[in-house]
Amino acid sequence: MAGPRTDHHVVLRIVAKPLIPIIALFALYVHFHGDYSPGGGFQAGVIIVVAIVLYALIFGITPAMRAVPPVFARSLAGLGFIIYASVGVWSLIMGGNFLDYDVLFNEEPGGHMGQHYGILMVELGVLFAVAGSMLSIFYAFAGRVTEIKDEDW
Amino acid sequence: MLDFVLERGNYWAIIGLMMIGLYTLFAATNLIKKLVGLSIFQTSIILFYISLSRIDGGTAPILYGKDAGGHGGGHDEASGAHGAASEAAHSAADAAHGASDAAHAAASAHGLENIYSNPLPHVLMLTAIVVGVATLAVGLALVVRIREAYGTIESDEIRETDLEVARAEFAVDKSDEASAA
Amino acid sequence: MMDWILQIAPAWAEAHAPALLILLPMLAGPLSAFLPGGGRLAWLLTVVVTTLCTLLSIILLAQVQSVEGGAIISYAMGGWAPPHGIEFRIDALNVLVLLLVSSIALLTSIFSWPTIKAEIADGKRAMFFGAFQVCFMGLLGVAATGDAFNLFVFLELSSIATYVLVALGSGRDRRALPAAINYLLMGTIGASFYVVGVGFLYAATGTLNMADLAVQLQDVGGNRAVQVGFAFILVGLGLKAAMFPLHQWLPNAYAYSPSFVTAFLAATATKVAIYAMVRFLFSVFSLDFAFEGMSLAFILAPMGIAAMLACSFQAIFQADIRRTLAYSSVAQVGYMLLGISLGTAAGVSAGMFHLVNHALMKGALFMAVGGVVLTYQGTRIHDFAGLGRSAPWTMTAFAIAGLSLIGVPLTAGFQSKFALVSALLESGWWWAALIVVFSSVLAVVYMGRILEAVFFRAPNNPHKEHKEAPLLILVPLWILAIANIWVGVSGGFVYGLADDAASALFIGGAS
Repeated sequence: MAGPRTDHHVVLRIVAKPLIPIIALFALYVHFHGDYSPGGGFQAGVIIVVAIVLYALIFGITPAMRAVPPVFARSLAGLGFIIYASVGVWSLIMGGNFLDYDVLFNEEPGGHMGQHYGILMVELGVLFAVAGSMLSIFYAFAGRVTEIKDEDW
Repeated sequence: MLDFVLERGNYWAIIGLMMIGLYTLFAATNLIKKLVGLSIFQTSIILFYISLSRIDGGTAPILYGKDAGGHGGGHDEASGAHGAASEAAHSAADAAHGASDAAHAAASAHGLENIYSNPLPHVLMLTAIVVGVATLAVGLALVVRIREAYGTIESDEIRETDLEVARAEFAVDKSDEASAA
Repeated sequence: MMDWILQIAPAWAEAHAPALLILLPMLAGPLSAFLPGGGRLAWLLTVVVTTLCTLLSIILLAQVQSVEGGAIISYAMGGWAPPHGIEFRIDALNVLVLLLVSSIALLTSIFSWPTIKAEIADGKRAMFFGAFQVCFMGLLGVAATGDAFNLFVFLELSSIATYVLVALGSGRDRRALPAAINYLLMGTIGASFYVVGVGFLYAATGTLNMADLAVQLQDVGGNRAVQVGFAFILVGLGLKAAMFPLHQWLPNAYAYSPSFVTAFLAATATKVAIYAMVRFLFSVFSLDFAFEGMSLAFILAPMGIAAMLACSFQAIFQADIRRTLAYSSVAQVGYMLLGISLGTAAGVSAGMFHLVNHALMKGALFMAVGGVVLTYQGTRIHDFAGLGRSAPWTMTAFAIAGLSLIGVPLTAGFQSKFALVSALLESGWWWAALIVVFSSVLAVVYMGRILEAVFFRAPNNPHKEHKEAPLLILVPLWILAIANIWVGVSGGFVYGLADDAASALFIGGAS
């Protein structure tokens, strides 16, 4: 690796550093504001991954894998899947149909807690699953040994 | 005649993209190019669905203005939105036949002030995009593995190598049978 | 007659069976992908899940049969009422497919462990079972759902998992990789065609629910958009079902994937696509539209016949047993299509009956081949020579299933071919009946070639000692082999199910 003196990516690094947390924050906004404006788990998940991919592009794939290990990415995808299904199980236990948000909190007819939080939880599952699997896909391709050396670019 | 062509501009674009995609898929020997063709093909389908959902003068399907305030919130809100969605679905069907007036009538008949485009095809295509991404990822992963196993990603070269292997196997079988007999 | 099942089944399982059927593999799939222990725990979880799914399918069957003429169970996902929300709709037709898929999945997953241990690398096994359960869930979903777009999602879910499963055969033979990518390209085109077709139907009717589509299409009639949609859907599902000219992906995919995957896919994947095709032809589109408006009999019947003849011929000239069996699968799809193309209740019930029987025999045949691959490492006819003496139990079951494939009396294959021929004669298609008989002769040739090598030729390999497949393979193999004989001797039960399925389409299908 080239030392800091000969680093020609310095502009990229400086610009990316503040950008990455903002991108991640924006993902959370897209997620939690998803029932008032366009957005939701899919989009938020992809945006979170964009932050990590940007980090990997600029600081290298190895530091990115240290920050967010591939095992974690894979488990996150599985966890998202399970969160999604467990909300369904929860609604089954509460006596409703599969994924019937109305019954989640045993509320009066007309209450909308269930619809509101039910969809948020499901979307959280989607967010985890999408983020985890997109990141796993990225690692799977980027993490392989490249045949083109960095100097040849 | 020209009107006939121009009015259906979206369909010509869709057909064009679909044919380009399919042609690339069949004609290219490079596996990556095949996958690119597949992606173009899928994109044309996404465009097809999205153009179905368009209604003349319709806006993004989020209730606003009087429509949003009209409902008391809670579950009514949800079912109201749902009704609107299905109404929009039916009016989209009309719109697809070019009768945009009918769409207006349908929207106003349901008591909505504004016209909204049909959200359902958008949701469907969100799913289709995810499916497409997953397929593409699996496909590219396979190409990487093929490159490692065969040293090439040209499908005709791969077929050639496989054919040689098959011929060799066949020859072994024949000679064994001859010696057994 | 199955009321006792409803007596002992818990109420929650009865009420939510359609959802639980999908939910169990959905939960267990990602879970088993992360289980430690070199895949053993994941395998156990898979067996448990497939067992539970089989039980749930039996409960559903009992529920459907509890009403004279077959009940229709509708399950609204998320509590949204059917025409707008996604509905799972179980009737006599798809309960048969659900039962078939889940019981085959149970048997093959019991069978899988010894072969997986030999064919899949240590670290990949847990993930392998995760992918298998996703595939299983997708197939169940296709069979259970009553929503046209939801069907596409489940179809692609199962297909993507299948591409991965096929590609994992590359540990044994690298040719699995090109096979998998060909399957991926063709399968994705098929699914995309299906989506285009659904898009046209949606444009014409504004609904995606299959039952609602059937009603709306009655009003729309022979609209051009509907006709185009029909053609797209038929081609799309035909690709997935390996309908004759669209079957090029199948032989290699079956020949080079892991033994377990081949046994499972051969018995279920194309069957589910054929189910979806039948569902669209008869229940979404009316009989008049499909057969008179679009003259479907003139498309499906020639395709079916061409498959029966051309692929049986190709099967004769294969050196690899798995390729022989794969080509024979395409030919057998031809029988099913021929039955369906009659457009009569007798024809469809013969087609469905053959569908079930074909799953039984191909499952058994590929399991036996998997057993041989495990013990002797070889899938060519040449490797099978003389195995009748060194592995008699495996090979006897193989022979039973093979005779069933030919259609020898007292086996399942005979029963369904007999049903097919009598349905053909009933409609006056005596020439097609003759072709069925001729194609069975071709089956005698290609199976006879293998059986001759197995039982009458001296072993090629001098160091082939007496070596039987392990018990985990033999038990499910023999269950399927005995099922072949049982259906063949008293075909009543399975034939009754297929008949119920067909009559559900022809009497209450549209409403």
